[in-house]
Amino acid sequence: MNESSPDLEHVDVSYVANLARLALTDRELEKFQGELDTVVAYIHKLDELDLEGVEPMSHPRPRENVLREDEPVPGPDRERMLENAPARVGDLVKVPQMMEDV
Amino acid sequence: MSGLASKTMGELRDLLSTGACSSREIVQSVADRIRAVDQEVNAYLEVDEEAGLAAADEADRKRAAGESGALLGIPVAVKDLLNVEGQSCRCASKLLEGYISPYDATCVAHVKAAGGIPFGRVNMDEFAMGASTEHSAFGVTKNPWNRDHVSGGSSGGSAAAVAADEAIVSLGSDTGGSVRQPASFCGCVGLKPGYGRVSRYGLTAFASSLDQVGVLSKTVADAADTLQVISGHDPKDTTSDPSAVPDFSAALSTDLKGMKIGIAEEFFGSGVRADVASRVRAAIDACVNLGAEPVPVSFPHLDYAVSVYYILAPAEASANLSRFDGIRYGNRVEAEDPVSLMKQTRDAGFGDEVKRRILLGTYVLSSGYYDAYYVKALKARALIKQDFDAVFTKCDVLMSPVAPTPAYRIGQGQEDPMALYLGDILTIPANLSGGCGLSVPCGFSEDGLPVGLQILGPALAEEHILRAGFAFEQSSTWSSHKPEVKGM
Repeated sequence: MNESSPDLEHVDVSYVANLARLALTDRELEKFQGELDTVVAYIHKLDELDLEGVEPMSHPRPRENVLREDEPVPGPDRERMLENAPARVGDLVKVPQMMEDV
Repeated sequence: MSGLASKTMGELRDLLSTGACSSREIVQSVADRIRAVDQEVNAYLEVDEEAGLAAADEADRKRAAGESGALLGIPVAVKDLLNVEGQSCRCASKLLEGYISPYDATCVAHVKAAGGIPFGRVNMDEFAMGASTEHSAFGVTKNPWNRDHVSGGSSGGSAAAVAADEAIVSLGSDTGGSVRQPASFCGCVGLKPGYGRVSRYGLTAFASSLDQVGVLSKTVADAADTLQVISGHDPKDTTSDPSAVPDFSAALSTDLKGMKIGIAEEFFGSGVRADVASRVRAAIDACVNLGAEPVPVSFPHLDYAVSVYYILAPAEASANLSRFDGIRYGNRVEAEDPVSLMKQTRDAGFGDEVKRRILLGTYVLSSGYYDAYYVKALKARALIKQDFDAVFTKCDVLMSPVAPTPAYRIGQGQEDPMALYLGDILTIPANLSGGCGLSVPCGFSEDGLPVGLQILGPALAEEHILRAGFAFEQSSTWSSHKPEVKGM
């Protein structure tokens, strides 16, 4: 399509899926391959624009620090937060072992 | 009978204040209507009638004791991504089944403080990703005007509930048009405030630089009154605007003398169906008859809006949705190690559209592609903002269609996501630039489906768009048309 865009390649869906922590089935990999390639080809429309010297706009609001008084305020109730945990031990969220035994 | 449920919020507030009806009767009427017709519409995911009636009794007691409040005794349907303490908040996703909100979103807290009753959780596209509510894990919400057609989205449940008289008013959210487009498809009013007007605290984040809480209602005045309640600075949202909130209802007037209406031909370009364009142009003519002055303006970068949006929104979403990992809340698929647990949980919990956008967002942010996609999109966003700003040096509001077509048939476009993404082109610019927008019913398509007039304004200029929308609404009869949903 656009010679200045060497990125016009197939999206490596299984690589991206791993980054996104999605375990996709083969059927899903195949389905998303075609769809993502189509969308990525479309968004290359931006290559038509001359963006030299344009300041990137990441947010509609002015970028400035917003501070408040450093005073303790009550947060949401811990027990109610923990009630949503899929598995817990006392006041802790239970997860599978993260590190090897040392 | 749908009696009280069919009334506007303004009418009900009058009835309540004169003692002609009670809050209990209103909530009962809404609950009865939901029971009668929601099997056909599927706007609601959950309704706790008992809790609603208990809150209504409390509101009636308060009123009897001389208390008042802008929403005292009025039920408000809530999109399933806004937290209401003690209620589920599933974002129409299997991943969040069983989740119970431990706190109120700030906009919900404002509704409660004004005496309003969060009543019922309404359907949406999963995590607000979609424009048809077909991507809900709990079934599509059907268009009350023709149940073979979509309700729009992502706030499809919010819009359909109001249009079918299953709600008085509802809260939604708008990231790329998700309040305005379903309002247009279902024939109700949809208001997307300027970015920063309403706190996003407690709104489940989709794309944080684009998301804004909005209102769906039967009239422009109801939208203005509800916005009044939910607006304002919130220390819990650093992007909420600290300036004073204007009196929105004071801005409503029936003439438009002195108002300049911008018309950009790009917004009537290819893809906008002829019957939609002609209804919208007739609405603009009606506004001119009310004293407004039409001003031709241009929006040269509109054609790039969809590309920018479908880079930035998925990029932000891929980061925001990384929190749904099965560790602290939601459904978990147990596995031997944490990474497998996360992968299995996310694969089982997310639907196709959410996966598609997470993959796309992860791709455009990944090493080697960040500058080619993400940074480029941020620069193109700046050009769209420049177009937006330039337009509003020449006019007070911009008028256009909300969507290129009326509500399409359920299932149409399921195979081609890109075709559906292009349908967002007219609503996206307001989100990219932080501006405000309103959808007001302005007639019907050749196939008998509602068409909405979009009224756009600069950030925090809701007074202008509400004034224009109110004057047009008062001069027409479109808002008084009701779909026939007879139910059981």
